[in-house]
Amino acid sequence: MPDEQYALEARGIVKIFGNHVALDAVDFGLRAGEVHALLGENGAGKSTLIKILTGAYQPDGGQVLADGAPIHLDNPQQAQTHGIGTVYQEVNLLPNRSVAENLFLGHQPTRFGLVDRRKMERESRGILRRYGLEIDPSSELGAYSVAVQQIVAIARAVELSGKVLILDEPTASLDRNEVERLFEIIRDLKARGLAVVFITHFLDQVFAVADRVTILRNGKLIETRALDAMSRTDVVRLMLGKDVAFSGATGVEDARPMGDVLLDYSQYGRKRSVHPFNLTIHKGEVIGVAGLLGSGRTEMARIMFGADAADEGEVSIAGTRTTIARPTDAIRHGFGFCPEDRKAEGIFGDLSVRENIIIALQGKLGWFSALNRDEQMEIAGRFGESMDIRAASLDMPIKLLSGGNQQKVILSRWLATDPAFLILDEPTRGIDVGAHAEIVRTINRLRDEGLALVVISSELDEVVAYSTRIVVMRDREMVAELNGENINPGVIVQAIANHRDEELA
Amino acid sequence: MSRSLRPLVATAVIFAIAYALAVMQFPSMFSTRVLGNFLTDNAFLGITAVGMTFVIISGGIDLSVGAVIGFTGVLVAVLIAWAGWHPLAAFALSLAVAASFGAGMGLAVHYLQVPAFIVTLAGMFLARGGASVITQDSVPVNHEFYDWISDLIIRLPGGGRLSFIGLLMVAVFIVGALVAHRTRFGSYVYALGGNPVSASLMGVPVARTTIGVYMVSSTLAALAGIVFSLYTSAGYPLAAVGVELDAISAVVIGGTLLTGGYGFVLGTFIGVMLLGLVQTYIIFDGSLSSWWTKIVIGALLFLFIVLQRLIFAASAQGEKAS
Ligand SMILES: Nc1ncnc2c1ncn2[C@@H]1O[C@H](COP(=O)(O)OP(=O)(O)OP(=O)(O)O)[C@@H](O)[C@H]1O
Ligand SMILES: [Mg+2]
Repeated sequence: MPDEQYALEARGIVKIFGNHVALDAVDFGLRAGEVHALLGENGAGKSTLIKILTGAYQPDGGQVLADGAPIHLDNPQQAQTHGIGTVYQEVNLLPNRSVAENLFLGHQPTRFGLVDRRKMERESRGILRRYGLEIDPSSELGAYSVAVQQIVAIARAVELSGKVLILDEPTASLDRNEVERLFEIIRDLKARGLAVVFITHFLDQVFAVADRVTILRNGKLIETRALDAMSRTDVVRLMLGKDVAFSGATGVEDARPMGDVLLDYSQYGRKRSVHPFNLTIHKGEVIGVAGLLGSGRTEMARIMFGADAADEGEVSIAGTRTTIARPTDAIRHGFGFCPEDRKAEGIFGDLSVRENIIIALQGKLGWFSALNRDEQMEIAGRFGESMDIRAASLDMPIKLLSGGNQQKVILSRWLATDPAFLILDEPTRGIDVGAHAEIVRTINRLRDEGLALVVISSELDEVVAYSTRIVVMRDREMVAELNGENINPGVIVQAIANHRDEELA
Repeated sequence: MSRSLRPLVATAVIFAIAYALAVMQFPSMFSTRVLGNFLTDNAFLGITAVGMTFVIISGGIDLSVGAVIGFTGVLVAVLIAWAGWHPLAAFALSLAVAASFGAGMGLAVHYLQVPAFIVTLAGMFLARGGASVITQDSVPVNHEFYDWISDLIIRLPGGGRLSFIGLLMVAVFIVGALVAHRTRFGSYVYALGGNPVSASLMGVPVARTTIGVYMVSSTLAALAGIVFSLYTSAGYPLAAVGVELDAISAVVIGGTLLTGGYGFVLGTFIGVMLLGLVQTYIIFDGSLSSWWTKIVIGALLFLFIVLQRLIFAASAQGEKAS
């Protein structure tokens, strides 16, 4: 299409980090009034392209055009003046400032040169209501959950976007209702003639809102196409460059003989956090944990690992009563924990990939048996390969890896300690289909090797695929334990929804 | 109550209690005379501390302020006493010099990505060295303008006197509070201290804000130097040694988090007053060595840092549970 006019366009963009080509002559055009999905595996270069389109990075080649005219963006602020609003993948906004200020930072309403707080808060309240959030805009953003912060980030970007709205994995921490609401807003913006870029690893969501799709692989443009001519398999094939048996849902084989009892929780709980629960976990078992966001899933994982201390009930390991009041207690007993909020709790941003992998193992070995560099390299290399971690080098700081690859590193960290019991909180969030299948396969393998796992996930299809048992959380309480036949999405939804059907899509 | 307010309230309460105790022992400490002197004697520290508040909220530190005070004092004295300038012209020039000095430090912090601690340490040696190169001795200033300013006082009932420099400090605090809490620049400063990466992706002009913060700090330090010169009627290259540490203490005691992102200009005011109170108490007592001031300030600092830790740790726990 020779003289097609794009609202925002990237032409021949090249971006090189060190000696790694993150983007290789990528073209990307956005039409007004379309929702454009940008897809690709972890590390394909999606976030990098977004950062170039919004002035956060400078390209090493190629140019950015707005309405057909070349523009030069030195920083994200200039992108805002061009009417481009962005939710970056890793942006956490400012937890130390109020919700209203996070929404308006940089363009607060002023009166006599001073920020008009009252007006700002009034308008914030109106904006948030559109997203179904009834929160106090003058309160600190950091006091709210990841999901609320994500919505605030989206709301901010929408307010800033006069022409283009860019969303880099905005739905990773949202529940179904919130995703639905976001889609309504996207459709509304589209009707008003905005161009929307949408990056996600959830193909359902792509097919639900997008009109066109651009696929990147290893920094190269593979294809831009209208979505209605494509099937899901086409998309996956283009992303991976090969046919994969892509089905998380392998179904569980028939009831296997259970292993010995590893852990036994009785009336275990923590006031104002998790109601006391009973749970017996056997070796070679995967317990799936389902429930809405905020239902106490994460809190349960935290007290199991000692990240928060339980204040009632007891736990025994292989029949012996013990206390797990701190993570070090848990690690000593061979526990591992991949937290949900990997940015804040999981990674050591400035340490290398290698160090991030061996750190838990080193913690377990103690101060006096340091692993030497060769041993570290050997271990890190092994996991780098088996988990398919895409990094230019294992010595680069982990913060430079793409989001999904960071997740794989954290998983490797705990696997390296050769754990007996592993707790995974949303292990597949932000992970591409290839790695997704890999992680599901890993979970199955670990189970077969006799590990006990607790896996928290919002993806019902996924939990069903690997769990031998599923517990359902609702309002901080364990409300159901599902076995055998009952392990299917329908039953889980019912268990979650009980008494509050109307809240579920 | 929002958690960032809690340290401020704690400071205010401790100040009130400490003052009440002091007054119980020495009733004459509760007089307009003492209060007026409070303001006058701490004016230069207060003005410096306002700038330091901005720097610390932005996640930085400025070790050069004491040296800038000394340098400004010498520059002003030399311009007036040796070169025959009018004091106002000397003030204007020294403020401009300090502003560009601060801008230079800000540029280095932002573009060279050198830690603020190092940059401002270098700035401290530069300014102190520069002052000593101009002169090694104390240069007295005798100018009618100085006499005129020191006669500008408001008499309070009860024998107290509100001096020009005391009022100037109060004005700086008021303007500082407005800028910090009610302007876009202020919100950028907090943003930078909260998370510089997020701030830059949200469109905060990081370079301009960083440079601005160090300019504010150096300029206010120069203003403090002018005040110091009015207060002592002399310029001395080794004046105000260690004032940067007093200013940092006042800021931290005032509830500003040393790691940036949280704090109040008003808190710094109370912090300065609390330091002044300790000093006045020791003077009133008469039998205590003045080094007790340092010990008490040390203890206070420690107390406040522990307090902030507890407050922030406790509320982080609360969030996870909610
Ligand atoms: N600042 C940087 N320095 C060095 N390498 C980088 C930097 N930023 C990104 N990379 C590398 O560039 C590649 C592309 O990363 P990018 O974040 O764009 O991937 P992505 O497609 O967004 O992946 P994900 O789905 O995991 O978020 C990765 O290999 C990453 O390690
Ligand atoms: Mg990304």
